[in-house]
Amino acid sequence: MSKRILVADDEQNIVISIEFLLRREGFEVTVANDGEEALASVRAQKPDLVLLDVMMPKMNGFDVCQAVRADPDLSATRILMLTAKGRDTEVSKGLGLGADGYMTKPFSTKELLSEVRKLLEV
Amino acid sequence: MGSVRKLALAATALCLSVLVLVATTAAVMLVSESDGSGAGRTPEERVAMLCVLVFVGCALGCWALIRLHALYVSAPLRMAEELLATVAYGRLRLPDEGAPELRALGRAANQLLAVRDALEADVAERVREARASLEEERSRLAALMADLSQSVVVCNLDGRVLLYNQRAKQELSGSADGSTLGLGRSIYTVFDRALIEHAIERLQQASRESTVGTEGRKLLGSLQFVTATPAGRLLRAQLSPVLGGDREHGAQIGGLAITGFVLVLDDVTTSNERQARRDALIQSLIEGGRGPLGSIRAAAEMLSDFSDMPPRQRDRFLTVIRDEARALSKHLENAAGAFSSDLRERWLLEEILGSELVEVAARRITEPRPNERRILVVKTEDVDEDLWLRVDSFGLLQALRYLALRLQDEYQVREVRLSLTREGQLAQLDLSWLGTFMNNETAMSWLQDPMVIGSESSPLSVGDVIERCSGEIWFQRVRVSHRAMFRTMLPAAAAPKDLPRVIVAAEEGERPEFYDFDIFRWSTASHELDDCTLAELSYTVFDTETTGLQPSAGDEIIQIGATRIVNRRLLRHECFDQLIDPCRRLSPQSIEVHGITQDLLTGQPTIETILPQFRAFCADTILVGHNAAFDMRFLQLKEKQTGIRFDQPVLDTLLLAAVLHPNQRTHKLEAIAERLGVSVFGRHTALGDAMVTGEVFLKMLPLLAEMGIKTLRQAREASEKTFHARLKY
Repeated sequence: MSKRILVADDEQNIVISIEFLLRREGFEVTVANDGEEALASVRAQKPDLVLLDVMMPKMNGFDVCQAVRADPDLSATRILMLTAKGRDTEVSKGLGLGADGYMTKPFSTKELLSEVRKLLEV
Repeated sequence: MGSVRKLALAATALCLSVLVLVATTAAVMLVSESDGSGAGRTPEERVAMLCVLVFVGCALGCWALIRLHALYVSAPLRMAEELLATVAYGRLRLPDEGAPELRALGRAANQLLAVRDALEADVAERVREARASLEEERSRLAALMADLSQSVVVCNLDGRVLLYNQRAKQELSGSADGSTLGLGRSIYTVFDRALIEHAIERLQQASRESTVGTEGRKLLGSLQFVTATPAGRLLRAQLSPVLGGDREHGAQIGGLAITGFVLVLDDVTTSNERQARRDALIQSLIEGGRGPLGSIRAAAEMLSDFSDMPPRQRDRFLTVIRDEARALSKHLENAAGAFSSDLRERWLLEEILGSELVEVAARRITEPRPNERRILVVKTEDVDEDLWLRVDSFGLLQALRYLALRLQDEYQVREVRLSLTREGQLAQLDLSWLGTFMNNETAMSWLQDPMVIGSESSPLSVGDVIERCSGEIWFQRVRVSHRAMFRTMLPAAAAPKDLPRVIVAAEEGERPEFYDFDIFRWSTASHELDDCTLAELSYTVFDTETTGLQPSAGDEIIQIGATRIVNRRLLRHECFDQLIDPCRRLSPQSIEVHGITQDLLTGQPTIETILPQFRAFCADTILVGHNAAFDMRFLQLKEKQTGIRFDQPVLDTLLLAAVLHPNQRTHKLEAIAERLGVSVFGRHTALGDAMVTGEVFLKMLPLLAEMGIKTLRQAREASEKTFHARLKY
């Protein structure tokens, strides 16, 4: 069974590239365009990995992360924050809230792929 | 006419009148005798009786006269003398004796004297009070200035420094040519004279313009300008005139004469540099971005417009896009890194030692509140002792207190823990507790609510405060141990290299040394120094330690110590104290004398570096030394080598001592000091000797004045005359 990944980001132009890349690698990819949608999607579909942007409308990525981590049912979900908020205090916050990884944009797609593989242990 | 003569005259007159009276009586008797019987006395007996009568009459008369004289002539004269005496010595009173009329006069005079004494005492008391309150104001001003984080310098119109604070000294000192800030020194060694004059002119101009045609007087308070110091620092100066009533001086603003000016200085070198860096950063981002973006855009447009291009061409465009995108990413990362460190220099924040912050936070949290009996216990653990933070400490303390107290109020938390650790470049500050805790949404709302606890409130929220410090705060549960915490990440700061805040404490009874208002009136009006009184001149008292006693035989200076005397005060805190490498070996005998060993001197600057600095230190003063001829000879011999000439007048305390006490055998410094009551300690360092020489010199000044030596010319002439002056090196 292929791993399922949720990409949560409101910027279409980056979603298109990530989606393309991950599908080619054989992952099942779903997309959410804002924080509320993302949280609902995680609860409903229980993906193996969430690629989470911080700056999203309705609910920001930090809150989504905290909410997911607060839910014991979702403890198996891996979270990789993928965001333009790159200050070291923000990175620290993300990791402190329970994210399993943090990457700042712009990033190399190769690195993204290796990080995804690492988190999904494939 | 003397009272005795008067008495004699009166007595003579009395006797004569008695004589005349008796003679007349005798003549009348004789006439009546020649008519009558003639029995009874013989003419001799009659004459004898007459003589006795005359004698007795005269005696009685004279006695009466003398008594009257004593009571009413000499007694008032005595009283007059005594009254005269009370003019000089206030406490005397007239004795209550003599004739009743004089006694009444005496009592009246005594009353007048009492009134006069009371008046004098009153005046003295008022003067003392005024002086005390003035001293208090001065001390307050000095304390205020000492504590300011800006540099403040007060000068008189000639640019002589009257007052400055520690920060000014540190900011304006330390340039290569030795120009330093000091009382009585010219500010124009640091600032360009023309600049200050121009600023004062502009102030005058502005005040003139504003008084024309307007009702009220509008004075332009101050003027700002930016200037570079000789040391290469950029200073923003604010110049405000000091206006006084004295109309003697030429410059005026709005009708009031300028007697001086106050400079408040800000070192803007760093903030200027930072601003320049930031501008450069933005510029490079813009310009550095345009190139790669241009390439990417062009390549992308090619790809989209010409979809029928050969694969190789396509590949080339794609490579272009890939490479340029990578370059742009790298550029952005570099800029972000450079920018984030500048961002932390926000001026609202101050540096504080992390452990100190935690300690104060703990104290503030456990402060008893008016309506709350239970005390919240605060434990601090894991506190990194060397971690510095750059934060709005007040806001941060408020935030911690707010969170802790809210925990106590809403969740009955009894104990909280504070910890502060370093995580790479960040500081991690945790406020944690055991027991019940809230859900994420509630926690988040706590971070966003304005901080209100009881009667204390602030419009800011905890989140606002932390953001101001460029940090992040969030709520986190530590699952295993049932603890929850508010975790704050803040950028760690470097330990500040800032200036120590030293307030120079005055000795008992001495005025604190950073100001001297008495020289406000001092001007550089050119009168020959020779005619100046010794009391008003400035001096540099100095002493040297040397490798030996023969300047012309290759001995060198190894230490110069000096201090200044301004306005009859020894400035102990403005010294010159420097060891000098003589570039030769020290003889063991000389080491015994001055205690300076060879290794103390290796690595010290040479005379070529130090002499110009010393020259600058003693600029515009008169040199004073003990046996100054010895030291001056050394300095003179270095003229050719260093190009530094010491051409100011020199006074020698050894010669002056000989002027004062020509019959003493020894004129060694210790002996003179003892004679004049100066305590000697710290001897045989150049600075120590200079200090003692300075005190001795100050003690000599009044003694010389008593001898009639008051001006510099007189002092020099007297010195020359003394015997030791014939000793030449």
